[in-house]
Amino acid sequence: MTLRSALLIDFGSTYTKLRAVDLDAGAIIAAGQGPSTVTSDINIGMDAALADLETRMGGLPTFDHRLASSSAAGGLAMITVGLVKELTAEAARQAALGAGAKLIGAHAYKLTDKDAAAIISQSPDILLLAGGTDGGNEETILWNAQKLADASINCPVIVAGNRVVADDVVEIMKSANVDVRTSENVMPEFNVLNVEPARAAIRDVFIERIVHAKGIDKAAERFDAVLMPTPAAVMDGAKVLAQGSDDIDGLGNLIIVDVGGATTDVHSIGDGKPTAEGVLQYGLPEPYAKRTVEGDLGMRHNARAIVDAVGAENFAAEAGFTAEYVEALLQNIDADVERIPETEAEAMFDSALASNAVSRAIARHAGRIEIKQSVTGPVTVQYGKDLTTTGTVIGTGGVLVHGHTPEKTLAAALYDDRSPESLRPKNPTLMIDRGYALYAAGLLAAVDKFAALKLAHNSLTPLDSTNKETTHDRPPAA
Amino acid sequence: MSLEPDQRSKITLVTGVIGADTHIVGNRILSMALEKEGFNVVTLGALTPSEDFIKAAIETAADAILVSSLYGQGELDCRGFRDMCVEAGLEDIVLYVGGNLVVGKQSWEEVEQRFQDMGFDRAFPPGTRTDDVAAHLDKDFASKVSGEAA
Repeated sequence: MTLRSALLIDFGSTYTKLRAVDLDAGAIIAAGQGPSTVTSDINIGMDAALADLETRMGGLPTFDHRLASSSAAGGLAMITVGLVKELTAEAARQAALGAGAKLIGAHAYKLTDKDAAAIISQSPDILLLAGGTDGGNEETILWNAQKLADASINCPVIVAGNRVVADDVVEIMKSANVDVRTSENVMPEFNVLNVEPARAAIRDVFIERIVHAKGIDKAAERFDAVLMPTPAAVMDGAKVLAQGSDDIDGLGNLIIVDVGGATTDVHSIGDGKPTAEGVLQYGLPEPYAKRTVEGDLGMRHNARAIVDAVGAENFAAEAGFTAEYVEALLQNIDADVERIPETEAEAMFDSALASNAVSRAIARHAGRIEIKQSVTGPVTVQYGKDLTTTGTVIGTGGVLVHGHTPEKTLAAALYDDRSPESLRPKNPTLMIDRGYALYAAGLLAAVDKFAALKLAHNSLTPLDSTNKETTHDRPPAA
Repeated sequence: MSLEPDQRSKITLVTGVIGADTHIVGNRILSMALEKEGFNVVTLGALTPSEDFIKAAIETAADAILVSSLYGQGELDCRGFRDMCVEAGLEDIVLYVGGNLVVGKQSWEEVEQRFQDMGFDRAFPPGTRTDDVAAHLDKDFASKVSGEAA
């Protein structure tokens, strides 16, 4: 019997990463890697990665599926426009983030000529135009469409606003020769979030247009399809893990935290409704699959930003170093953002950076409660998602996979008695995605859910949380 | 003269209980009744800050905001409400307020006048029937609706 296999490709910003997967075992057979060469010719990096994989496998099989995701060439850069900041503008942001976009701008209310010019100079890959509930405000989305058309916007535009004027908005855009398409309103009724259709539309544009615009389709003979931006593949991986399939039980509500060089991404799957009695939920409903990106929390490009946020003195004390030594390590990183820790001290420094990135990123992603005084007594009000009962927290990214104290780093995601208002997970199972398989599982889920789930489960390694305390014993300061 | 259901369905009302007030029942009954009468009702619920009424009205292009206040602090909570509407570009929006608007024994005429001076088009005392509200809405929107038909 021949091996059924799939090739999963991640065209990243630094590397072209390959995973060859045995579909029946749901296991990674081998991994290969090459440089990212999307700015010159994507084939060079792809060929190098394939050669690497071939060496490791001792020959390449005929793959049944060859699927790719991409975050190359700056990822999928998007700008969103809505009406009220906390309503349709926020819904548009949620739609874009959940589709795996890199959000480079988010606007609310009427755009000025200056705003429109700024949007065009940022050259987004896609613009998502929302505003008004169905049958609600018409004026602003029409105004904004006209401003963008007048400024000669030249990227594809997805219209996901008040459906009553959607056709008029499309006409305005077409008259300026804009590639325009419509989707369902991101907020069809007041406070009803409807982001999935817009997310699907973003994905369609990505496949039809962006893959070509970024030069990824030059390698078209080497894969069957580029399905989505890599963060969307991670989101799909998270969803399939949470929900399971007919044969494999899902893990239920979960969180994935990905600590990267420039950003920390958090994905949560779950409705996030209040878990305590009598709590009033406030604000826009939260998406079941929610993604946030923290642009100021990254291990390399934002190492200094993390230290500054914590305070250099505090950070040094926490990491067990002197402030001077922290500064020296930061300068090493500034000089070489590709730097991989070489000494024990550098590894400890990275763990301290990562713990702070995780704790801050989760705190921002999670909801919070506030006690409000009313005439009839105190009332507990919840903003955002209640993640306290989340069953699983999965860490991914180099520092968690290769770091010395992944338990401690990931434990920074947990609920903290000192800030009981922050609805972070109380007692989850902590896991590390050792094989960097979540994006691969997300891609594979599109064709073979069973193999995707086995692949993800084979890659996830539970952390021994009983050892959590021992990691506090640190070696003496360097 | 009361409006036809299809005329009422073109009128969007935003309603909720303002301030730190948790008394939701009366407002819920009003919302359900007005919806049944054929109006397009956006319900915000209890504990609603004044700016949230305005944000909801912008997004839904509401024609009127109906503010409930049951705990006696209405006068404080509603102060500057009309100004905030004007600031947000909702100069022409119709504003109603109703409930136990003040504490103590005060003449209703005085209370009504005070709320009208604050920029509310109508103020309603405790015990107002939901069909009274619907009738007033019909009256206030008759010209708008017939204007559109013409």
